[in-house]
Amino acid sequence: MEHYYQPEIECASREQIIELQNERLVKQVRHVYDNVEYYRKKMEEKGVTPEDIKSIDDLHKLPFLTKDDLRDAYPYGLVAVPLSDCVRIQSTSGTTGRRVVAFYTQHDIDLWDECCARAIVAVGGTKEDVVHVCYGYGLFTGGPGLNGGSHKVGSLTLPMSSGNTDRQIQFMTDLGSTILCCTPSYAAYLGESINERGLKDQIKLKAGIFGAEAWTEEMRRDIEKSLGIKAYDIYGLTEISGPGVSFECSEQTGMHINEDHFIAEIIDPNTGEVLPEGEKGELVFTSITKEAFPLLRYRTRDICVLSRKKCSCGRTHVKMTKPMGRSDDMLIVKGVNVFPSQIETVLLNKGYAANYQIIVDRVNNSDTLEVQVEMTPEMFSDSVTEVAVKEKELVNALKAMLGIYAKVKLVAPKTITRSEGKAVRIIDNRHLY
Amino acid sequence: MTVKQISVFLENKPGCLAELIDILSQNNIDMRAMSIAEMQDFGILRIIVKDTYNAVRIIKEAGFVTSVNEVLAVAIPDQPGALLQTLTALGEANINLDYSYAFTTAKKDMAYTVLRVTDNDKAAKVLNQKGIRMLGQEEMEQL
Repeated sequence: MEHYYQPEIECASREQIIELQNERLVKQVRHVYDNVEYYRKKMEEKGVTPEDIKSIDDLHKLPFLTKDDLRDAYPYGLVAVPLSDCVRIQSTSGTTGRRVVAFYTQHDIDLWDECCARAIVAVGGTKEDVVHVCYGYGLFTGGPGLNGGSHKVGSLTLPMSSGNTDRQIQFMTDLGSTILCCTPSYAAYLGESINERGLKDQIKLKAGIFGAEAWTEEMRRDIEKSLGIKAYDIYGLTEISGPGVSFECSEQTGMHINEDHFIAEIIDPNTGEVLPEGEKGELVFTSITKEAFPLLRYRTRDICVLSRKKCSCGRTHVKMTKPMGRSDDMLIVKGVNVFPSQIETVLLNKGYAANYQIIVDRVNNSDTLEVQVEMTPEMFSDSVTEVAVKEKELVNALKAMLGIYAKVKLVAPKTITRSEGKAVRIIDNRHLY
Repeated sequence: MTVKQISVFLENKPGCLAELIDILSQNNIDMRAMSIAEMQDFGILRIIVKDTYNAVRIIKEAGFVTSVNEVLAVAIPDQPGALLQTLTALGEANINLDYSYAFTTAKKDMAYTVLRVTDNDKAAKVLNQKGIRMLGQEEMEQL
């Protein structure tokens, strides 16, 4: 039997949802116009006033927001309430090293937690469950989001955070974790480790909520088999709130977007035109309940398809497919957003040529990132130690910028293709899309 | 008293060293000594040649990253334990050896060792005091 956290909302009729969205959108546009100068100017440039937005049919009149806007308005330019009303900051990486910071009031946190609670209940979670969260905690939204959701459900929450696989498995067996929340690649790794140690019959997991990176149906089957669970997808982004913007139900054929909080559109990434339902394009979100950081028409750069086909789970909210790619060059490595421009910034700062190649792979279910850089006369020395010191400096600078380890590989000059025509900057051997 | 050493960045791939050596041989560059330091992904080739200026020009033109630095070259008798005196002298003076490689020539009973230290002048002074003979560039080229 299907369970819902908020059945009256999750299974509301289309008419009810539209009515809710109309009312909330009109209110939200006014809130943003009155309190966010940056967006008000954008609206003025486009000749749109809050009075022009009477219902969701007028949504297309509003200007878009992009990651560049978030960078330009950093840090407070898009905050719509006094800072004294904010209680939390979460953060993710930006395009050129300036991080994106998102603000939350207590009301925003509560709604975000509720979205995650819906995802947990959708996979069968109740207050009897032990929810094992090994997403990272801290600025990353993964840990705090599922942690908050688990509290709302009333489950026993294990705030494990990421890493230390031995300890993860020990807690899992000793405390009887039943729902696992982490990245799909870490779930696969845990599955392997548990089987290698012959502990599969000692774990009580029944379901997993896996997100923050792309994964295939094949990987889903592998995880389900190795851990003996049902594996569900979850989607979200810091700019909009965090995980729980959408989540999978028992049907496992796409993720229901929480439409009472977020209005989704699909646009043509080149023209910005709204595309009809069922067409593939870039996902755009308008957040209609957030107080502190209410982004209108935020371009996610994720390419996907929306579907309103009736779902067997009983939920009525629109479903999105897994992201099928990006309309920019962002990579997701180990759940972390990586932009080639960030790597370029580090290389130039450290005196290397801006000629580089990024190689992403997945080895033993874990993402690897390698940056190939051409050796320069300035960086070269007859001493292995001196070269190693410089290489280490570059590795540390990349780690500081990206937040994850990248292996540096020094190659001979002129061996990386120059940008005559289009330079191949990224080689992604994971083939996730 | 030092000699010039050429270092070249080489990728750790089959044929890389051969490519460089081929260029040297085509240009009649004669090597006196050679050593390779290997890292995981690349190597550093170090050579001492007869005509450093031209060798560097040719290597650069071929697109390699290269550098030249001064190293010490000591001449020692080709017999067991001969190197020990040099190393002990450096050690006692608290001079750390970054790397070293040895070579012999047609000259019977003599061996030569290249020493890379941080402070050449200090090391040369210490070796001089112990009566250890060092080679200059000219002598090295005439070997």
